[in-house]
Amino acid sequence: MKKLVIAAAISTSLISIQAQAAGRDTINIVGSSTVYPFATVVAEKFGKKTKFKTPKIESTGSGGGIKLFCAGVGLSTPDITNASRAMKKSEYDKCQKNGVTDITEVQIGYDGIAIANSKKSQQFKLTQKDLFLALAKQVPNPDGSESLVDNPYKTWKQVNDALPDSAIEVLGPPPTSGTRDAFAELAMEGGCKKIVWIKAMKNKDKSAYKALCHTVREDGPYIEAGENDNLIVQKLEKNPNALGIFGFSFLEQNDDKVQGSLVEGKTPEFETISDGSYPISRPLFFYVKNAHASSIPGMKEYLKEFTSEATMGDEGYLLDKGLIPLSATERSTLRKAVIMGTKFNM
Amino acid sequence: MNNTDKVKQSLKKRYAKEKRFQLYGKIAVMTGFVFLGLLLLDIITKAIPAFQSTEILLEIPLDRHTLELSSNIALNEDTLSAIDYAGLVKKSMRQKFPDIKKRKDKKQLYKLISSGAEFDLRDMVISKPELISTTPLLIWVKADDDIDTFFKLQTRTSRVTDKQAEFVEQLILQDQIRTSFNTTFFTASDSREPEQAGIKGALLGSFWTLLVTLFLSLPIGIGAAVYLEEFAPQNKLTDFIEININNLAAVPSIVFGLLGLAVFINFFGMPRSVPLVGGLVLSLMTLPTIIISSRAAIKSVPPSIKEAALGLGASHMQTVFHHVLPLAMPGILTGAIIGMAQALGETAPLLMIGMVAFIVDIPGGVVDSATVLPVQIYLWSDSPERAFTALTAATILVLLAFLAVMNMLAIFLRKHFERRW
Repeated sequence: MKKLVIAAAISTSLISIQAQAAGRDTINIVGSSTVYPFATVVAEKFGKKTKFKTPKIESTGSGGGIKLFCAGVGLSTPDITNASRAMKKSEYDKCQKNGVTDITEVQIGYDGIAIANSKKSQQFKLTQKDLFLALAKQVPNPDGSESLVDNPYKTWKQVNDALPDSAIEVLGPPPTSGTRDAFAELAMEGGCKKIVWIKAMKNKDKSAYKALCHTVREDGPYIEAGENDNLIVQKLEKNPNALGIFGFSFLEQNDDKVQGSLVEGKTPEFETISDGSYPISRPLFFYVKNAHASSIPGMKEYLKEFTSEATMGDEGYLLDKGLIPLSATERSTLRKAVIMGTKFNM
Repeated sequence: MNNTDKVKQSLKKRYAKEKRFQLYGKIAVMTGFVFLGLLLLDIITKAIPAFQSTEILLEIPLDRHTLELSSNIALNEDTLSAIDYAGLVKKSMRQKFPDIKKRKDKKQLYKLISSGAEFDLRDMVISKPELISTTPLLIWVKADDDIDTFFKLQTRTSRVTDKQAEFVEQLILQDQIRTSFNTTFFTASDSREPEQAGIKGALLGSFWTLLVTLFLSLPIGIGAAVYLEEFAPQNKLTDFIEININNLAAVPSIVFGLLGLAVFINFFGMPRSVPLVGGLVLSLMTLPTIIISSRAAIKSVPPSIKEAALGLGASHMQTVFHHVLPLAMPGILTGAIIGMAQALGETAPLLMIGMVAFIVDIPGGVVDSATVLPVQIYLWSDSPERAFTALTAATILVLLAFLAVMNMLAIFLRKHFERRW
C-alpha cells in the first residue's frame, strides 16, 4: 500500500512537470536589473487587470538575459528579455544561429544616471570633461603636451578651478553593472572626446581610444560600492564629501537626503533627461520572441499593456516609478511595430 | 633562593597572566554580543514601520443606479467585474475635497491612495455581491507608499507635494486617516507597490523547497551514514568516499547552483524557478552536513549495546535498526535541522536556477514558480522605493525568527532525548 502511494505521488509529479513543459500559461521574462523595476510593475498590473497569470520576471542582468533568450525557440526558453542596452551584433548573430530569427525590439524609454552627493554639502557643477579627468585611469599630461600620464589628480580643484577643494571620492557600481557601462560610455567618453587630440585618436586606433576613455582609475578615488544603489545612497549620507553614481529613480526616491550634481549645466530631472539635454541618460529596451506570441496566452495583451499610453505615455504609471518616456511620435511608431511584430534586423 | 621562593615570586605574575587572558576572553565575547545587539537593534528599528500601514476612509456608493446596473441584470462575476471601480474610487476621493477643480490637483489627490485600492474593492464586491445596495460602503483603503511613509515617519521627499501634504492635513482633521496593523505583509505575495507587498509567496516557496530538501536529504543522508558507519568495509575506496564527503561540506554553495543548472535544468529539462529544482540543489548542499552529523551520532552509541543485541542473537541489521538507530536519532535530527536551517538562508545556488524572480502568484506545489525568503530580502533591498527598506528589515526578522525556532528545536531534541552513557 505504502509503495503504491509513493509510486502514485512520483508519477503525478512527473506528469505535472511534463505538463508544465508542454504548455506554459505564464509569460517568462528575463533580463536587466535596471528594467526589472519597470517591467515588474507592468506585469503586476497586467495580472490584476486581465484574466491571464502574472508574468514571471527573472533579474539576470542584460547579458545573462540575452544569453537565455537566444538559446533557442521553445517553451523552455524565455519569451521576452529586458536590456539596459541595445543587443550587440555578436548576440544577435547567436540568436539567428539558434533559430531565434523573428525578434521585435521595443524601446521603452530612458533612464538617467545621477552623480549625487549628500544634501549637507554643496551641490557640484560638473562637466563631462571634469568627470573624465577625475576618474579615468590615464589622463592627458597636465603640462599640455599630447601624452598620457597616470591620473595625478587628488582633489576636484586640481581638475577644475571652479570646483571645491575637496578630495575626489566617488562611490560607483562595479564593472559587472550595466550602470557602470553606461557611465563609462556617456559621461567619461563624453568628456574624453572633448579633448581634440584624443578625439583624433578614435579614427586611427579605435581600441586604444576606447580603452583610454572607458577605463576607470584603480588607485582609490573611485570606490566600487556594489550593485545595490540603496547602499550607495546610505553611504553618501554618512560621508558628505563623497559623490555617488546611481540610477535616476533612486535619486528621486531619496531627494530629501541627496542632491544630483549638475552635468554640463543641467540637473538630472525628468524634463532634462527626456529632452536629452542632460547628457548621461541611456535607452532601455526589451526584446520579444515573436515565435512565442501565438503559443503563450497573454503575450499580445502584455505587449499592448506595456506600450499603452496609460503605461509609458507622458502621464503613464511607469513615470511614477522613474522611467523617462519616449516622445509621442516615437511611441506611436513603436506601438505599431509591436502590434505588427516588426522583425528587427542588424 | 630555593625553588619554593622562586615559585612564590612567579606566582603573582602567573595569576595576573591568567586574569589577563580571562579578560581578553570576556572582551571577545562582549564584542560579539555588542555587534549582534547593534545588528538586531538596527534591523528591528528599521522593521517596525513595516508592521503598520496607513489607511484612508472612503465612502463608496454601491447602489444599482450609480453603478448603471438596471434591476434586471443578474449580479454575477462578469457583470460585477465590468464595473468601473477606478472611477468609483476617484469619485469618492473627489467628494472628500469638493473644492478641487484643477486637473493637476485632482491627479495629486488620486495619488494619495494605493493603486491597488480599485482591485481590492473589486475583489470585495465580487466575493460579497450583497454589498450592492442603497447603503454606501465605508471602507479603509491603503494609502500610497509615499503618503504612508510621510504619515508614519514624518519624513518628506519631493514625491509628496505641498498639495498632498495639505490633503493629508485635512484628512487628519476629519479623522479619516489612520494607521493599523499591516496584515497585507503576511497575506499578500510580492508586489512592486510596497503597500501591497507581502511575504506569503516567499514563505510558501521556502516551505515547498525545504519540503523537497527534507524528503530527499534525510533518507539518503541517514542511509549513507548507516552504511558507511556500520556495514562498509574499511578500505581505500571507503576512505576516499569519506574524504570527499568532508570536502563536499566545504564547497561554496554557488557551485551546487551551477551543478543544478547544468544537470537538472539543461540535461533533464526541468523548468526554471521551481521549488523542486531548488530543493534538489539544496539537498545536494545539506547532504554532507547530515551524513557527517549522523555518522557522529551513530558512532556515539556505546558498543556494549550493539554487542548485547548481537549476543542475544539479533542479526546485524536488526541490531542497527532496532537499537543503534533509535538511540542515535536525536543526534541525527539535530544535524538535519541545522542542515535545513542552512538551506533556509541560502540564496546563491538559487540565483543560478532562476528563483531570483518577480513572482506574484502564490505557489501551490513543488512545480509552481516560486521564490524564497532570502531571495525576497535580496530583491526588496535593491528596490528604489523608500518603503521597501522597512519591508526588507521586517522580512529579515521573519527569517531570523524561523532560524531561531529551528535551532531551538534542535537544542530541545538534544536536551530531552539524548541519552548519556
